[in-house]
Amino acid sequence: MTTEPISNIRNFAIIAHIDHGKSTLADRLIQSTGTLSEREMTNQVLDSMDIERERGITIKAQTVRLVYKANDGEEYILNLMDTPGHVDFAYEVSRSLAACEGSLLVVDASQGVEAQTLANVYQALDNNHEIVTILNKVDLPAAEPERIRQQIEDVIGLDTAHAVEISAKTGLNIEGVLEAIVTQLPPPKGDRTAPLKAMLVDSWYDAYLGVMVLVRIIDGELKKGQRIKMMRTGAVYEVERVGVMSPKLLVTDRLGTGEVGVFTGSIKEVADTAVGDTITDDKRPTAEPLPGFRPAQPVVFCGLFPVDAADFDDLRAAMGKLRLNDASFSYEMESSAALGFGFRCGFLGLLHLEIIQERLEREFNLDLIATAPSVVYKMLLNSGEEIELHNPADMPDVVRIDTIAEPWIRAQIMTPDDYLGPILKLCQDRRGIQADLNYVGSRAMVSYDLPLNEVVFDFYDRLKSISKGYASFDYHLTDYREGDLVKMSILVNAEPVDALSMLVHRSQAERRGRAMCEKLKDLIPQHLFQIPIQAAIGGKIIARETVRALRKDVTAKCYGGDITRKRKLLDKQKEGKKRMRQFGKVEIPQEAFIAALKMED
Amino acid sequence: MLEAIARHWTLDEAAEITMEANPSSVEAGRFRGYRAAGVNRLSLGVQALNDPDLKALGRLHDAATALSAIETARAIFPRLSFDLIYARPGQTPAAWAAELDRAIDLAADHLSLYQLTIEDGTPFAALHAAGKLLIPDPDAAADLYAATQDTAAARGLPAYEISNHAAPGAESRHNLLYWRYGEYVGVGPGAHGRLVPDGARQGGARQGGGRLGTVTERAPEAWLAAVEAEGHGVVFEEEIEGEAAGDEMLVMGLRLAEGIDPARYTALSGRTLDPRRLADLKAHGMVEELPGGRLRASRDGWFVLDAVVADLAA
Repeated sequence: MTTEPISNIRNFAIIAHIDHGKSTLADRLIQSTGTLSEREMTNQVLDSMDIERERGITIKAQTVRLVYKANDGEEYILNLMDTPGHVDFAYEVSRSLAACEGSLLVVDASQGVEAQTLANVYQALDNNHEIVTILNKVDLPAAEPERIRQQIEDVIGLDTAHAVEISAKTGLNIEGVLEAIVTQLPPPKGDRTAPLKAMLVDSWYDAYLGVMVLVRIIDGELKKGQRIKMMRTGAVYEVERVGVMSPKLLVTDRLGTGEVGVFTGSIKEVADTAVGDTITDDKRPTAEPLPGFRPAQPVVFCGLFPVDAADFDDLRAAMGKLRLNDASFSYEMESSAALGFGFRCGFLGLLHLEIIQERLEREFNLDLIATAPSVVYKMLLNSGEEIELHNPADMPDVVRIDTIAEPWIRAQIMTPDDYLGPILKLCQDRRGIQADLNYVGSRAMVSYDLPLNEVVFDFYDRLKSISKGYASFDYHLTDYREGDLVKMSILVNAEPVDALSMLVHRSQAERRGRAMCEKLKDLIPQHLFQIPIQAAIGGKIIARETVRALRKDVTAKCYGGDITRKRKLLDKQKEGKKRMRQFGKVEIPQEAFIAALKMED
Repeated sequence: MLEAIARHWTLDEAAEITMEANPSSVEAGRFRGYRAAGVNRLSLGVQALNDPDLKALGRLHDAATALSAIETARAIFPRLSFDLIYARPGQTPAAWAAELDRAIDLAADHLSLYQLTIEDGTPFAALHAAGKLLIPDPDAAADLYAATQDTAAARGLPAYEISNHAAPGAESRHNLLYWRYGEYVGVGPGAHGRLVPDGARQGGARQGGGRLGTVTERAPEAWLAAVEAEGHGVVFEEEIEGEAAGDEMLVMGLRLAEGIDPARYTALSGRTLDPRRLADLKAHGMVEELPGGRLRASRDGWFVLDAVVADLAA
């Protein structure tokens, strides 16, 4: 296969809110360019994981090369970059976008612009993208393309004069999309004669081919047999296979300037490749790496423990396998008096956490307990040392701490006007600072600065419930701010329970402490003595509940000489006790921890 | 039946031969005959001394018939016991104490006082599940139990077992045998037995040793057919050894005011009671050690005995 002239290449991404039809449009583009035959088509070709298909989200960046003969008689190579659509993968999204010159903005012609659309479109504009606006689902009776065009102009400020109206579902006007890509989006720029400079967009592990690296060639070319260097790590590899995804690997042996494709080499682990890294020729390196590289940073941490302690080794093996394909997820061993042996894991965000947990449970058939998610705190100690805290249990003695800073986010919430009041109250209750409030028709668009700490704790569930599911929410991390944060311990019969301790803002401590004590009161079984349950900051008790002592628990009548029945009951009680965790004199069933750690209020 | 027993076994002169009977007039008419056959202790299922409660409990007799059956029995049998059920719907501790006082006036030497419990699969369970039968919550149940203990003890019938009260010396000897984890043969339909196998007895070293548990066929017709075909109605046998035997002894023995001998528990189960759990239970006033080393559930411990036993056996 020969490399096309740069002017006939178009690299583009698709931006859409969940359910607005991104995957269906991608399927149609693949189909109408004949990239896959009817026989080979499945729905949502690009979402290869079960979880991606079910949830309608993209987790890994994927690419597909389409060959399109345009109305001008020329053949074009269209590289569709399917980017992860969630803020947890904001950095990955930014690199995918940086690999393209333009985006298709897909908006549902009846639903209009959502919070997530906004965040992504701004990111595309930050990457100097040209944008083709596409109004999808125009065949539906509820479609109001004119109103939505106006909304897009008002909210985003895009000119919608050339917007393409389609129905991805029925295939209406897919041709119009392809023509718009060719005519409205610019070709890539680059120097064919310069040394190789390529951006590492993503990488994954293929069971047959090993680590596959998705790259965008900025300058020069990438060939089979070439010795290349990862500029961040300095590691050198020999390129074994070079090709494009169509959407299966099609070996081309070389990728030219402006192209998007994949290669394999002697790379052992996905962890050896860093998204955003610059790849160059080992002998004739480029002078400057690409700007904008950032190492993967876990934002949210939680403990994952096997329900059955015997599954610990299986969990360890499963985590190793998942990490092969997802270097942004980190784990280290942790032991807890309440939950036994497990792992402290770091994630890019809450969705990432959910996905990993779900994959562990589903693909590896493990039953897991997840502790409440916590964020990464930065502590300045009196000694001048700065430390990051991933686990509340590791918090140093308060007298050694000078200041604690916590991560803040900028949240975008779009909601029908009716729910605005309670949403503002929710944000206010969670220490939010209002940054902006606008109206688009009857929809309110509000921006809040919020501590991430308050968001990981049931914020999203609360938002969904008070807006009956109508509010949409997106956020990005902004900065670390100092806060009056304290470690809240939960004591059961005066013994601290490590798995339940958390860092909270002093103003929230009483509310969270009371909620936890009330919950535990119903979860801890009655004992022969009364059990105080307390939430404490240092030595100060801020909430208290009591599990009353058992008053009556005795079989009134033993029937004749039938002891067998009694013994069998006793066996059941003994079996139950084996599954309990001992805290001082109190025995707490593991199910109680699982229930207590569930996030909803 | 008593004749058949006398043919096969040597009977102790003072053997306790108890019979359970319903307090109906038909049954009362047969008391003299039972006594003549050798029955020397009668246990009557009286259950309550007022008609509405008897009806609610699904009993066929009324209070007047029960009182007259008690009177008849008292004249005929040297020893008399009857059962009452309390914690009936709406029953207050005061009302129950008064009823119990009246019952003790009837001069039985033994009373079985059971708290109403809802058994799965009974009509009561269905009523309870439907919310049509309210039984006392644990607090009310505890108050009723306390009233039972206080009233009976004040009248000279202290509890020698969780639910059984007797004047000193009038304890039910066959029941004591079960509670003391002794040996017994179960013959009739649905009867359980605990036997020490011959080998173990002759060896002598295993004090009590393991037990052979037996269960006979439940359905009377099938039981009869089995007895006629094979000479016995035993349909299930099981070796009960080690921890299981120790558990059985604990479950039964701690129901008694006399408690258990920890050394016997060790001999049966091959293990000792967990010293930490034992110390905690003592500290919480649930068990107490008697002079001579026996261990028993305290009065407070009796209220929650199932939990105490589960702790000790864990």
